Amino acid sequence: MTQSLPERTVPLTGAVAAPAAMPPAAAGVALRPNRPPRRRRVGRAIAITALVVFAVIFAYPFVWLVSASFKPRGEVFDNKLIPDTFTLENYVQVWQEAPLALWLLNTLIVTVLAAVTVTISSAMVAWGFAYFRFRGRGVLFGLVLATMMLPGAVTMIPTFLIWNALGQVGTLTPMWAQNLFASAFYVFLMRQFMLGLPRELFDAARVDGASQWGVFWRIALPLSRPAIAVTLVFEVQAVWTDLMRALIYLRDASTYTIPRGLKSLVDSFGFGGEWHWEIIITASVIATFPMIIIFFIGQRQIIRGVSAGALKG
Amino acid sequence: MTTATATAAVATDAARARSRRRARRRYVRSALLFLSPWIIGFLVFTAWPLIYSAYLSLTDYDVINDPEFVGIANYARLLEDPKIALALGNTVIFTLLQVPLYVLVSLGLALLLDRAGRSAGFFRTVFFLPKMTPPVAVGVLFLLLFNGQSGLINTVLGWFGINGPAWTTDPAWVKPGLVLMSLWTVGASIIILLAALQSVPVELYESARIDGAGFWRQSLSVTLPMISPALFFIVVVNTIGGLQTFDEAYTAFFGSGNTTYSNDAALFYIIYLFQQAFEFLNMGYASAMAWVLFVVIMAITAVQLLLSRRLVYYEGEDPR
Repeated sequence: MTQSLPERTVPLTGAVAAPAAMPPAAAGVALRPNRPPRRRRVGRAIAITALVVFAVIFAYPFVWLVSASFKPRGEVFDNKLIPDTFTLENYVQVWQEAPLALWLLNTLIVTVLAAVTVTISSAMVAWGFAYFRFRGRGVLFGLVLATMMLPGAVTMIPTFLIWNALGQVGTLTPMWAQNLFASAFYVFLMRQFMLGLPRELFDAARVDGASQWGVFWRIALPLSRPAIAVTLVFEVQAVWTDLMRALIYLRDASTYTIPRGLKSLVDSFGFGGEWHWEIIITASVIATFPMIIIFFIGQRQIIRGVSAGALKG
Repeated sequence: MTTATATAAVATDAARARSRRRARRRYVRSALLFLSPWIIGFLVFTAWPLIYSAYLSLTDYDVINDPEFVGIANYARLLEDPKIALALGNTVIFTLLQVPLYVLVSLGLALLLDRAGRSAGFFRTVFFLPKMTPPVAVGVLFLLLFNGQSGLINTVLGWFGINGPAWTTDPAWVKPGLVLMSLWTVGASIIILLAALQSVPVELYESARIDGAGFWRQSLSVTLPMISPALFFIVVVNTIGGLQTFDEAYTAFFGSGNTTYSNDAALFYIIYLFQQAFEFLNMGYASAMAWVLFVVIMAITAVQLLLSRRLVYYEGEDPR
């Protein structure tokens, strides 16, 4: 029985790749045409009812947060869906209390540099593993996969010492510069994709006199656009949510990224004598909003990347 | 004349071999050029830090003065430091609570999504969106929603006549609260399990039905084995993640000026490591902590891999 079935990885990739062509609303759901219709209909009604309940639970913290950001200080904790008093005061105030524009700019700089460098470097390495055949390739690629398992805490301190020795602590450089050296997960992701590209194309380009770099840059890279999109979206999210690195490397409030800035607001407005949760709430909304946008732009890529991540296991 | 042709042939042969070797060298060189970003990064940011942190763990080092070799003193100190025992205990309890709940919730929601037909795409989006929220904001939400007096959770519990605990201050309830909050970001696991469920071939269910298997029998004998690799992946990844949990708890309970909330119940291993390294500048001690965590994670992952041989069904392999 098992022999007649395709490899484990194939149906999974299929299930993920297929919805790519479908409209977003129907994405990801392959209908099971062979289930008996009566039970399917009843089962579906129960399932959808349960899903609605859970969807409300999952969506509610967002709704709560956005709603609270429009409430005056005294009403923040009234847990009402619609604010009694609707005010934009919090948004004005958070802009005055914190250098939000600067934090957004810093985050944007780090995001662009991190995403561009990690995409190009990881694509190069992925191409090295996907196209070239040399002795020790398997071992080397195994090493790439192994580094994914490594807890960040083990390399954290010496890495800090490297940036400290280079005088970069306190600047934005350590927030992205390691991305110049590729990242294991993206190498894995893009290599898988590149292995599926038709090899004859590259061999033909070589015969026509294209250089190795030319084959990569002008043919392989443009063809790998879907994998590149996954990498970009994932890295944007990674930068936008990275707290630990910001805590280690950023010292002055003028260099903060959004997560670090938000943490500093929690520290100064959330604890001690002056409780101004409405400021923190509003800043949280501002910090989260771009990620929601990114999700709706890159939904397909994100879901493909998450599913592909499971395949490495 | 014949000898002349022979020598010429040998010469061209040799020349050809030489040019082939040269081409091969050029080929390997370009391969290495493509790999060079990773090779450099691996040497500088993985291999060297691994070795150097092992060395640092045997020293006393505060960044300002040179490392002073102290042997295994840091490791001996680990055994006596009550905060290590506390942090380890907190971390293990958190992980033991979180991983099973994560699996249950993500599997339950994935099963529902699998039956939802066309609307599944919409619900999947709703379930995944919290995963996009910056962890700092999740930590903020935890403090707000789980607030003992005015938080939404206790308000809702109050409707059912339940007097909710002080989630954010009562040491007994801090970890369960953080676990519940972490369930909000279960989206990635749902997507992985849904993909696994949808990749189960329909024919398997058909033949099971022909063999007289009912719903439960099908779930146990078809669905469970077929999605076991995905379940295993989720268990491994979340165990590793749970043992390294930091962002949300650090946001809610630690940092400068934060004396409002009880700290000790939320002191997770990485938080204590971070404090030792970057607040107290005990780089040697923190390195020893990091290596202990590294070994523990490796050991747990190895045990899980061994268990997976018996429990996880991989397509194409002999099941026994």
